Amino acid sequence: MKTNLKSKIALGVVAGLAMSAVASAEELTIATVNNGDMIRMQGLTDDFTAKTGHTVEWVTLEENVLRQRVTTDITTKGGAFDIMTIGMYETPIWGSNGWLVPLDDLSEEYNAADILPAMAGGLSHDGTLFAAPFYGESSMIMYRTDLMEAAGMEMPDAPSWSFIAKAARAMTDRDAEINGICLRGKAGWGEGGAFITAMSNSFGARWFDEEWNAQFDTREWSDTLNFFVNMMTDAGPAGYATNGFNENLSLFQQGKCGMWIDATVAASFVTNPDDSTVADKVGFALAPDNGLGVRSNWLWAWALAIPAGTQKEAAAKEFIEWATSTGYIDLVAEKEGWANVPPGARTSLYENPDYQAVPFAQMTLDSILSADPNNSTVDPSPYVGVQFAAIPEFAGIATEVSQEFSAAYAGQQTVAEALEKAQALTNDAMEAAGYR
Amino acid sequence: MARAVTNTRKTVNTVIAWSIGLLIFFPILWTILTSFKTEAQAINDPPLFLFFDWTLENYAAVQERSNYMRFLWNSIIIAGGSTLLGVIIAVPAAWSMAFVPSKRTKDILLWMLSTKMLPAVGVLYPIYLIFIQLGLLDTRVGLVVVLMLINMPIIVWMLYTYFREIPVEILEASRMDGASLRDEILYVLAPMALPGIASTVLLNFILAWNEAFWTLNLTAAKAAPLTAFIASYSSPEGLFFAKLSAASTMAIAPILLLGWFSQKQLVRGLTFGAVK
Repeated sequence: MKTNLKSKIALGVVAGLAMSAVASAEELTIATVNNGDMIRMQGLTDDFTAKTGHTVEWVTLEENVLRQRVTTDITTKGGAFDIMTIGMYETPIWGSNGWLVPLDDLSEEYNAADILPAMAGGLSHDGTLFAAPFYGESSMIMYRTDLMEAAGMEMPDAPSWSFIAKAARAMTDRDAEINGICLRGKAGWGEGGAFITAMSNSFGARWFDEEWNAQFDTREWSDTLNFFVNMMTDAGPAGYATNGFNENLSLFQQGKCGMWIDATVAASFVTNPDDSTVADKVGFALAPDNGLGVRSNWLWAWALAIPAGTQKEAAAKEFIEWATSTGYIDLVAEKEGWANVPPGARTSLYENPDYQAVPFAQMTLDSILSADPNNSTVDPSPYVGVQFAAIPEFAGIATEVSQEFSAAYAGQQTVAEALEKAQALTNDAMEAAGYR
Repeated sequence: MARAVTNTRKTVNTVIAWSIGLLIFFPILWTILTSFKTEAQAINDPPLFLFFDWTLENYAAVQERSNYMRFLWNSIIIAGGSTLLGVIIAVPAAWSMAFVPSKRTKDILLWMLSTKMLPAVGVLYPIYLIFIQLGLLDTRVGLVVVLMLINMPIIVWMLYTYFREIPVEILEASRMDGASLRDEILYVLAPMALPGIASTVLLNFILAWNEAFWTLNLTAAKAAPLTAFIASYSSPEGLFFAKLSAASTMAIAPILLLGWFSQKQLVRGLTFGAVK
């Protein structure tokens, strides 16, 4: 009888503990983009569930669809998502509006100080971190070592634009379908718009002066666009005006580009022998400059943020701590190898000897460190951001401006006409928004 | 001689029709072919048409990553529910407009059609806020109602056109025989207009199945249909065309089969009207 009572008590205690565990377990809905790193994380979510009891529902969307979807939800306080994947453009704007939960109370074990300063800076507002970087990227030169050698040239670690233009023309072989250089020309603020803005920084151009006046009527912008169009006409692929990241990746992997300046995350694609025909012939260098003290590389991060008002804030923070931790990096390294860990977020990753052996690791870090979103232009500017200006109006304006530029690349109008239209539409939009 | 000319013309017409048909079908065929390639083969230049190593790896990858059946079930419920609800409301509306028109009927029909010209994004925020208030966000019920409303002008217009073909005298005769309004619509009008109603149902089911703006913007994880399933495989930073093609093929397969088996009714209803 006594034993029976003890058994009942023990059973009750166990049942109570189990009930409390179930009661505290949450189901998180996370909106994210479709790329290799994010999909890999989805596959490893069981590890998070095993550690915390929380389950995860993923909403994976194409980047532009995701941006529209999460913007609608956060501006209406819809509450459809507990965690959102957002970038460096949205984070400071949304943080300043009070739409995101500050991430200033993450655990000591998480070691927030280990986040690369450039990433932490770009994902903060007034010194408060509002999104934790899952992975970060800059841009750099990826080039064919064999073609460079055949052209009798040697790529410096930090080349100038004049060297790049000369090398591009030397490497071009139209009969062999080899283009000396492949660059983004596709319309869209995150596509060709991002590239040309980052490039213009190194030519001394800027989007706005300190009174928010558009600067497309300056010599620096004219030099940037004319240099770009002349180089691409001589050494770029046909139809480059519609090429974005994917089109150039495809060309490079098939051996049809001598050089490609684009996101550092592309390094793992072009060196993967399963997909790339030139995997063992790729070298890396910093994005070019013009000797003005600013290089033409950008800075970006896909980061995880918690919308203010979510009912599952504690569980959401647990997830963010798991997904952006050094523990997660170790987990990916163990399951998929060091070349596949999410790059560009933590300092300690680049101190790890195993990761240092990855061929593009150091150049990725150097590229990230050389981009400063707070001082991205030669002359002072009123905005934060390298390949964008972190103001809500920028995405709309830059999309229109990049459409004008793409029309010039395609030969539908002259560079001067494109710049004139860009100047007018930017000033009109800024005036309507109350900046001028 | 005349016969030879006719045969030549027939041959030419057949060739032209097949060419146009193949041209229209080619993007779907290319999507299906790409779904059986590796990612490297999918971007090969020159493109590979039939001679490549066929693989099912993309379908396996999609199955492993996504819960296809949940997306499919949501699509069936949302497309089927919105079509059914739409027809239940539109049949009496079209009946009244066709057989007891007022002097404003034409204006109402034109006004209904004009709502289709409004860019959907223009009303996204009001509808999103209403959905939040009513707790309809990420629910199948909410999407059934929205898709029913956006397709309503097309349903009413199509049914109105078919009903206009039916002689009003037949309905009057049924009334003289003592039929109530309900009996008149259910037992006299509906059977005569069945081909028209069937083609309306099919067309609206296809429209609802393919609708991608509202189904992407008003859902998250629970009510997302196959349009969201496809969107989850699209990426501007990474070459996943083969997987995207596999996901697209899986998403369009059910509606493609439905269209194939019902093409006779669909074409008859769309081209000849209800009682011709």
